[in-house]
Amino acid sequence: MNFTFTEDQLLFQDSVRDFLVNEITAESIRALWETETGRSDALWQQLTELGLTAMTVPEAMGGLGMTALDFILIAQECGYVALPAPLVHVALVAVPLLDQLSGVSGEALKQQWLPAIAEGRAKVMVGLEQNAFVEDAHTADILILQRGQALYALTPEQFSYTLNESVDPSRKLYSVSWQTSEASLIAEGEQAQCLIDGAMNRGALGVAAEALGLSQRMVDMTVSYTTDRQQFGKPIGSFQAVKHLMANVAVKLEFAKTPVYKAAYAVAEQLSSANVNVSHAKLAATEVAQLAARNTMQCHGAMGYTWEVDLQIFMKKAWVYNNAWGVVAFHQGRVSDFIFADQAAIGAGNTFVA
Amino acid sequence: MDLNYTEQQVAFRAEVRQWLADNVPAEPLPSFDTAEGFQAHREWEAKLYEGHWGMITWPEAMGGRGADLLQWLIFEEEYYAAGAPLRVNQNGIFLLGPTMMEYGTEAQKQRFLTGMATGKDIWCQAWSEPNAGSDMAAIRAKAELSADGQHYIINGQKTWSTRAVWADWAFGMFRTDPESERHRGLSFILVPLDLEGITVRPIPQLDGLPGFAEIFFDNVKVPVDCLLGEEGKGWSVAMATAGFERGLMLRSPARFQQTAKRLVELYKENQATADADPTVKNAVLKAYMDAEAYTLLTYQTACRLVQGGKIGPESSTNKIFWSELDRDMHAAAMSILGARAELLAHAPAAENVGNWLDGWLFSQSGPIYAGTNEIQRNIIAERMLGMPR
Repeated sequence: MNFTFTEDQLLFQDSVRDFLVNEITAESIRALWETETGRSDALWQQLTELGLTAMTVPEAMGGLGMTALDFILIAQECGYVALPAPLVHVALVAVPLLDQLSGVSGEALKQQWLPAIAEGRAKVMVGLEQNAFVEDAHTADILILQRGQALYALTPEQFSYTLNESVDPSRKLYSVSWQTSEASLIAEGEQAQCLIDGAMNRGALGVAAEALGLSQRMVDMTVSYTTDRQQFGKPIGSFQAVKHLMANVAVKLEFAKTPVYKAAYAVAEQLSSANVNVSHAKLAATEVAQLAARNTMQCHGAMGYTWEVDLQIFMKKAWVYNNAWGVVAFHQGRVSDFIFADQAAIGAGNTFVA
Repeated sequence: MDLNYTEQQVAFRAEVRQWLADNVPAEPLPSFDTAEGFQAHREWEAKLYEGHWGMITWPEAMGGRGADLLQWLIFEEEYYAAGAPLRVNQNGIFLLGPTMMEYGTEAQKQRFLTGMATGKDIWCQAWSEPNAGSDMAAIRAKAELSADGQHYIINGQKTWSTRAVWADWAFGMFRTDPESERHRGLSFILVPLDLEGITVRPIPQLDGLPGFAEIFFDNVKVPVDCLLGEEGKGWSVAMATAGFERGLMLRSPARFQQTAKRLVELYKENQATADADPTVKNAVLKAYMDAEAYTLLTYQTACRLVQGGKIGPESSTNKIFWSELDRDMHAAAMSILGARAELLAHAPAAENVGNWLDGWLFSQSGPIYAGTNEIQRNIIAERMLGMPR
């Protein structure tokens, strides 16, 4: 029993955080909002040079062969900077899905795309029916799309897309029009369902980790703001009413982290508890993100309601993650089904039984 | 990260489970806030000691097993799952014990820890005073060194001393330097409650039972070897105790996991009426998830400590989390029980209401004792987040 990350994992997290905090500034995010795609090839190359696009790609395909557990702290840091690039989606959702494909056409897709992803030459995005929209369809080299109990791989000339602007200007959501075909079919039936469920779990896990980072960032920004901002001749952060709003976020955040790490472990180790663990993680992490958004905005006063103050970059992402990769009711339902079942393995001593 | 128990941990769990199955009383003991119940719980402590289960993390020489924190968590899981009695000596074994390991002399450890582990000496705390509650540095009870330097002469009053009515010893802070102010000049002193000049006046709690008390000291002569740590340095010793209290030891996660499990069962038994209020189901769900989250964080902390890490200011989040979880879980149970929730256990129609009312009453105290949650929020904001004072 060892519920800690290794020194190497923590050191890598530190170095990625240092890089991201330096490179992904509020100014650079706002600059991207003004561009046509909202995305930057140069940024993707930087992420590639750090080895991040290769992390979850198997070694045989030119990657680092790491798991969801290795990647989870990186996803958290992506949230901390509100990374305006689909790294978490590609590395945590798309790559493992591609890697699990089988058969002649599956092998061909793997050979074609996994090394390209590792080298930063390609992006693959996944669109599940539960997600309603497809993220970043406009810069994807292929889309893996679900229809019913089947998955299809489509190249850009095989689909058209329409942007649906989100309240979060960094988020690029598309309605995609496309036709199924035998040629584009990559999995069906039970095998497809298994891939879909796995992708759903990893997508929810990714936003849960990002929500932790977003929450921490909103707290950090607000500690700084309430230390500088003076009223009644004192920093407003010295008032208990303000302190307690922030402490409430800190408490929830502390207790949302370990469910996310447990879920990452369960996904990486393919434990039977993965669905429940992921849903718990998603609910806990997005709940703290909602509270962080609400309380940090309150601590910013009217400034928090402006376009100018950078809190909005993180707050809006926190809002939309509440219902991304499975709405709240979906995740509640999965945990409910588990705990209310006959002979449910709950209570003391059952936490690590799976 | 490896979330599998080792073979040794699995074997340890089996050993604990077997012993508890053979020894836990079939009927729950009466409340330890009654004379009869206190005695019954004292005997249970002695039985635990016989099996070397009194305080397993202590060294073998002091009645323990030299177990690590992960074994302690496993023990606690089995203990609560078996429905074993609450620990009447929890202030001693979980709070004073670890403090004494750190600050006590060898002689003190020999003398007090064994008495604690065997259940011979039951301990209560003596921190708060009528004018020193959340503001503990306002303590005024005095302990003056006698002319011959052999005793402290204690005068003053302590209050809200849990289990003081039948306890044998108290530990707390007293002002040894009469000229001192605030947190300087305080000393951590152990006091036998049978000394001349001590009056214990029981205070009935919300349930009517004398679960806590006031302690009056009138020229009480306490031998100087009852000083724990250095004279005048009581504040830092007390902070260590408070750390254990708010942190890992006092409320192990298994307790809340079992409450959550019982809440799930209560919901299932009463689903038709419970679902009339559509928020109840989510409250039950949340109880389960939060108890799991508390367990996960505790395991992570234990693993870190076992590897040589230290508890940081983030441990202040624990106390808020478990106390609010406990209150929320019991509130959900009261909703499910509906009109029967208010019935005392001996009421003729109080069937199948379990002991939820007792738990509900006790859960009201959680956000207050061990440092109010508002004080905890200040600590979190200032020491963990770095907000200005």
